[in-house]
Amino acid sequence: MRDVIIIGSGPAGYTAAIYTARAGLKPLLIASSVEAGGELMKTTEVENFPGFPEGVMGPSLMGNFQAQAEKFGTEVLLDDVVEVNLEGDVKVVKTGLGQTYEAKTVILATGAAYRELGVPREKELSGYGVSWCATCDGFFFRERTIAVVGGGDSAMEEANFLTRFASKVYLIHRRDSFKASKIMADRALSNPKIEVIWNSEVTELHGEGKLTGVSLRNTVDGSASNLDLEGLFIAIGNDPRVDLVRGQVDLTSENFIEVDGRSSRTNIPGVFACGDVIDPSYRQAITAAASGCVAALDAEHYLTSH
Amino acid sequence: MSAKNVTTASFAADVLQNQKPVLVDFWAEWCGPCRQVAPILDQIAAEYADKIEIVKVNVDNEQQLAMQYGIVSIPALQVFQGGQVVKSIVGAKPKAILVNELSDFLN
Repeated sequence: MRDVIIIGSGPAGYTAAIYTARAGLKPLLIASSVEAGGELMKTTEVENFPGFPEGVMGPSLMGNFQAQAEKFGTEVLLDDVVEVNLEGDVKVVKTGLGQTYEAKTVILATGAAYRELGVPREKELSGYGVSWCATCDGFFFRERTIAVVGGGDSAMEEANFLTRFASKVYLIHRRDSFKASKIMADRALSNPKIEVIWNSEVTELHGEGKLTGVSLRNTVDGSASNLDLEGLFIAIGNDPRVDLVRGQVDLTSENFIEVDGRSSRTNIPGVFACGDVIDPSYRQAITAAASGCVAALDAEHYLTSH
Repeated sequence: MSAKNVTTASFAADVLQNQKPVLVDFWAEWCGPCRQVAPILDQIAAEYADKIEIVKVNVDNEQQLAMQYGIVSIPALQVFQGGQVVKSIVGAKPKAILVNELSDFLN
């Protein structure tokens, strides 16, 4: 039986791995089969991670996290956790490739998944004009008209990034102000290629086989309008990934994993949680990493006192 | 083993006139999910070497090919058989799901 299994491979999971590995606990980190590296794998330049004054590419940063975790003896597994049994002294973790692993402690760092608009045909047109990854797909919209939906930092970042390619970027937001940080919002508002459509939400997607436009509804007066577009990038936030542990670990009213105060302790002894899956407020690479460190230290403490 | 890189010049010979089904992985350096799915495609290529060939098209270098096949999202995986696209998968997916979606060509 192992000492520590870490589920998740974003900044929280890898930081927990670096700390527990340096403590000699030989952690197993289950990284997912295709989403290893987490949300930062879909970003370009990360400008606010301390220690990188020139900025760093998201995928490079995650490559560094992994290398540092492996250097101290972390075993990284490219597989998906499909089932966990967290009660009792022996925690059991089953994966998509049919393996079963046991450990004294489990650190949950499953992060958050992008939110969908919830309009008809969203899945069907996903990859055919509807996208959640500006860095992957912006390239294909050179000199085209596209839109970004959202009002937070990630919507601002995507809109700004997409102006490198598109001739016109509409920024569709359901309120009359952005919740993005001032520096990010100002950058978008001062970009001549970006036009904000306030108080509006997307209600329909148009196009057969590929997106040709959307229907909008004004959230103030209810009026409807159409907008011709070739690309629609959705950046309306994330939901914590808790399906794996629902019914075992206590959740907050907002569906995050509940932890005890500033610690990473869940309601189950030996089970710890960190990163975006516990964080309704901050959700930065650096806060996730710090939270992964807390989980590692809590797990170490649990192992020495049990 | 890493998949063969195909260019506009070699596309006809490597893909369109190939006797076997060919899965073309449209990708780019700057695409994180492309990097994530690449090792999975290498595994499938090795395990089903007698059934399917897997090649890569770098969309940065081969913009014409990407445009010709209507790529607007990567990774895009298109299966060619007899010179035609017979299956199209967009996005990085776990191996089990990819194998299942490609089952017509792997069995």
